[in-house]
Amino acid sequence: MTEITKELVEEHGINNDEYKFILDSLNREPTITELGIFSAMWSEHCSYKSSKNWLKKLPTKNNKVIQGPGENAGVIDIGDGDAAIFKMESHNHPSFIEPYQGAATGVGGIMRDVFTMGARPVALLNSIRFGDPKHSKTKHLLSGVVSGIGGYGNCMGVPTVGGEVEFNSCYNDNILVNAMCVGVAKIDKIFYSKASGIGNSVVYVGSKTGRDGIHGATMASAEFDDDSDEKRPTVQVGDPFAEKLLLEACLELMTKDVIIAIQDMGAAGLTSSAVEMASKGDVGIDLNLDLVPCRESKMSAYEIMLSESQERMLMIIEPDREQEAKAVFDKWGLDFSTIGILTDTNHLVINHHGKLKAEIKLDILESGAPSYNRPYKIIREPEFDKSKVSEVLDSSIDILRILINSPNLCSRRWVWEQYDHMVMNDTVLTPGGDAAIVRVHGTNKGLAISADSTPRYCSADPQEGGRQVVAESWRNLTSVGALPIAITDCMNFGNPEKEEIMGQFAGVVSGMIEACNTLDFPVVSGNVSLYNETNGKGINPTPVIGGVGLIKDLNHFSTPLIKRENDVVILIGKTDGYLGQSIYAKEILNNTSGLPPRVNLENEKKIGDVVRDLINIQKIDTVHDISDGGLLIALAEMCIAGNIGVKLDLNKEEMNHGFLFGEDQGRYIISVPKSFLSSTIKTLEGKGIYSQNIGETRGKKIIINEQDQISIETLRDLHEKWFKEYMEG
Amino acid sequence: MNISVIVFPGSNCDRDIALSLKKFSNKDPLMVWHQDHSLPESDLIVLPGGFSYGDYLRCGSMAANSPIMKEVVKSANNGSTVIGICNGFQILTESGLLPGTLIQNQGLSFICKNTPLKVENDSSFFTHNYKKDDVINIPIAHNEGNYYASDDVVKDIEDNELVAFRYCDQDGEINNKTNPNGSIKNIAGILNKNGNVLGMMPHPERAADSIIGLNDGEKFFTSIIESLQ
Repeated sequence: MTEITKELVEEHGINNDEYKFILDSLNREPTITELGIFSAMWSEHCSYKSSKNWLKKLPTKNNKVIQGPGENAGVIDIGDGDAAIFKMESHNHPSFIEPYQGAATGVGGIMRDVFTMGARPVALLNSIRFGDPKHSKTKHLLSGVVSGIGGYGNCMGVPTVGGEVEFNSCYNDNILVNAMCVGVAKIDKIFYSKASGIGNSVVYVGSKTGRDGIHGATMASAEFDDDSDEKRPTVQVGDPFAEKLLLEACLELMTKDVIIAIQDMGAAGLTSSAVEMASKGDVGIDLNLDLVPCRESKMSAYEIMLSESQERMLMIIEPDREQEAKAVFDKWGLDFSTIGILTDTNHLVINHHGKLKAEIKLDILESGAPSYNRPYKIIREPEFDKSKVSEVLDSSIDILRILINSPNLCSRRWVWEQYDHMVMNDTVLTPGGDAAIVRVHGTNKGLAISADSTPRYCSADPQEGGRQVVAESWRNLTSVGALPIAITDCMNFGNPEKEEIMGQFAGVVSGMIEACNTLDFPVVSGNVSLYNETNGKGINPTPVIGGVGLIKDLNHFSTPLIKRENDVVILIGKTDGYLGQSIYAKEILNNTSGLPPRVNLENEKKIGDVVRDLINIQKIDTVHDISDGGLLIALAEMCIAGNIGVKLDLNKEEMNHGFLFGEDQGRYIISVPKSFLSSTIKTLEGKGIYSQNIGETRGKKIIINEQDQISIETLRDLHEKWFKEYMEG
Repeated sequence: MNISVIVFPGSNCDRDIALSLKKFSNKDPLMVWHQDHSLPESDLIVLPGGFSYGDYLRCGSMAANSPIMKEVVKSANNGSTVIGICNGFQILTESGLLPGTLIQNQGLSFICKNTPLKVENDSSFFTHNYKKDDVINIPIAHNEGNYYASDDVVKDIEDNELVAFRYCDQDGEINNKTNPNGSIKNIAGILNKNGNVLGMMPHPERAADSIIGLNDGEKFFTSIIESLQ
C-alpha cells in the first residue's frame, strides 16, 4: 500500500487544514485512491472553492429560465415546447501545453455537457486569446488551437458559428481557449444528473478508460512554470468520431424512457460524475472498477478513478432496462458496462480486484468541500489623460487604415474558414457579424448567439468591465433583432490567493450582477478558470460572456451589412468621444492607462429596447453596434460587408478622433431607407433617445465631409490582410 | 420514386441531404445503415458528407469496404444512379466507381466557404437544369478535397466531357488563383462514363434554402427529381 506522506498530500494540492479535515472526517488515514478523489473534487476546478461565495450572488432566474447553474448546462424556454441548452467552458492550461488536443477536447467536453441533457448540439462558438503576435509561441499555439477546434467540431457535424480572437501580451504564456455549445431539446425531454432509485444500475458508456488526463482538474487549478511542458501527459486525447457515435447513441436512447439520470465524465472523470450524481440524489454509490472498460492493462483504482479519457458517460438505469439500452450502444459500436449500483448508504464505495479501495461519506466530499472568502482589493486605473490626444495629427482615414489592419480589429476569416460553420443547414448568419443566428431546426425562429469579452476594460476597472461585458453581449444580440434571454459565463482570472486578483474577480462579478439585473439577462451556466498565471504573472481578468437570445420570426432580422444606396445612416446613443482604454489609445497613442468608457445600464436598456423594436416593428434591416475601434471601424465593417460606401456629413466639433474612434458605450448605427426615416426619427424621439443623422449610403467609398476618403476595396484588402499574412507569411 | 441515403458511422450531412431531397421530391428518402447487406429498391442512391469511420486510415477507405458499399457498387454497375457529395465523393473514388483520388488540400487546412463553380456539363442526369458556363455559388467544407488523377485519366475525363463542375471566380475564370484546394484542372465534380455516377466536393444541399440565403443548388435538385420522374 502506498504510504501517505506529507509530500504526497502536498503534491495533490491539498493544504494542511484540508488534510486535517479529511483525517477527522474519515477517522483514519485516507488510501491513495481516496486522496486522489479528495484532490480532484476539492480542486479549484471542481469545487469552486475561491469563487463560489461570489458566484452565488449572480442572478440566475427570469421567466424563461428552466435550469440555472448546478447542472451540466443551463436551460431556457424558447417557446413552442422547445428549450435551448448551453454552456461555456475553458480548456486553457491543456491548450497551452498541447494546443491541438487541448482545444479539441475542450470542444468535445462542452458538447457532452449539452447532449447529456438530451439536446442535440446545434452551434459551437469559441473565445480564444493569445499572446503578442511577435511572441515566439503565438503562431504555433494559434494554428494548433484553430485546427483542434475545427478538427473536433467539423467531424462532429456541429457548426462553429462565431466567437472571438484577441492578441495581448498578457496571454504570452497562458493562452485562453473557451468553448461554448448550444443545443436544442424539447422541454419535456430534458435529462438531469440527479441519481435516484436504490438498487438501480450505474452504467458506463462510450470510449474506454486510459491513463490520459490523470489529474487534469488539479493541473487546471495550479499556476504554470517553465517546466509546464512536462505536464503534457496530463492532456487528454480527443476522438471526435467516438463522440459522434456517443452523441447519436445517447440521443437515440433518450427517445425511450430508459435513462433516469446521466452525466458526462469531464474534469475528474469517473470521480466527479459518480460523486455529483449520487450527492444530488442523496443516495450512495458502489462501484466495481473491474467492470470499467479499460484501454490499458494493469490500471490501478487510483488511475481509473482519475482518468480524464474523453467521450465517456455515466448513466443510471433500472436493471431490467439494461438490455434495451445496451442494444443501442451495440449498434453504435460503443462500450456499455454496468459498473455499480445505487445504495442507501450515502457512501462512495470503490472495489477493485476484490479489495476495498475507497469508502467515503459523500457529505464530506460535497458539503465538506472547502470554501474560502479570500481577501480582496479592487484596483482601478487613474482617470484617462485627455491631454495626449491632440498630439496626433494624422488624418482620420490614415488612422482607419492602421486600425482596420491591426491584429485585434482585422478580419478573422483565416480562422473561421477552417471551421465548418454551415453543416446542419441552419446557419442563417455566418461568422463576422455581431451575433450568429442559427435557425431552430424545422421552425421559422432563430437563436442569436454571441461570445465576447473586453479584458482590457476589466483590468482597468473591474466593476465597470463586469458591467460592460454583460451589456455588450446583450447589445450584440439586440443588434440582430433578438430578445436576449440569458448568458453563460467563463471566468478566466489569475491566482485568487493574491488580493488584487481576487479584487478583479470580486469587482467583475459585482459589475456583472448589476448588468444582469438591469438587463434581465441572468447567468444559467458557467465555468471558472483561476490560476491563469505563469511565473507569477497573471492575465488580464477575462470574463467571457456567451449570450443567447431569440428571434421569433426569421423572415425578419438585421445584420451589419449595408443593403442599399441612398439610405440615411443614423447614429443612436450619445457620443462623448471618450478614448480611455480604446483600441485607438493603444495602437495610435501607445497608451493603455486610464479608465474604460462608462456603461449607463438604464440607458443601455432603453436604447436597446427601442433598437429591437425598430428592427421587429419598423423592419429596419441594417444595424451594427459600436464596440472595439469605435464609430469609423463599425462603419467600415458595414461597408465592407455590403460593398456599399458611406458619405459622412459631420459638423466641425465632431471632426475629431474621439468622435470617430472613441468607444462610448450603448451606441448603434442603423441604415434607414428614406421612406422610413420620419417614422424612425419619431420613434427615437418619442422614447427620448439621442440620435443623429451622420450621412448616407452611397458609392464605393467612405467619404468624410467631402475631404478624406478611402475606397471599400482598399479597406477590404487592409481588413483581410493582416491575419493571412501573419499566419502564412 | 425511391431515394436511399446511406448512413455510415460518422456521416454528418445525411440529415441535410435528406431534407433537401424531401423538399424537392415531397418524399422522405430511406435512410440505409452501413451494416445492411441489401439495398432497398432505389432509383437514386446518395452517399452523404461527413467523416465516415472518423476518416481514420484514409478518407472514405473504410466506408468503401463496408457491407452496404458492396451492394452500392453492384447496383451502380447495373446502371443505378449514385451521387457522392464530399465524403461521399471520397468513398466513390475509394470504391473505384469514379477515377482519381482526393488528397489533402494544398493549403493543408480545412476550408469552409461559399465557392463559385462553373457548370461544365449541362446535359447530365444531375445538371441538366443548369446551362453550360453558368457560374453558381455552392459551399465547400473539406480538408481532403484536392482532386488528383494521372494525366491520362484527366485527359480521358476531359475528352469525354465528364467534368461536371470546376472551381472558378465570380467571372468564371478558371486558374490557380480561383482554385481553393489545389484540385487538378480545378475539378470540383466528375461523372463516370455511363453518366449514372456523380461525385462532387461542394455541397448543393447547403445552397437550396432562401432563409440561409443561398439557392444556386436548387437546380441541382430539380434536375435530379425531373430525371427521376
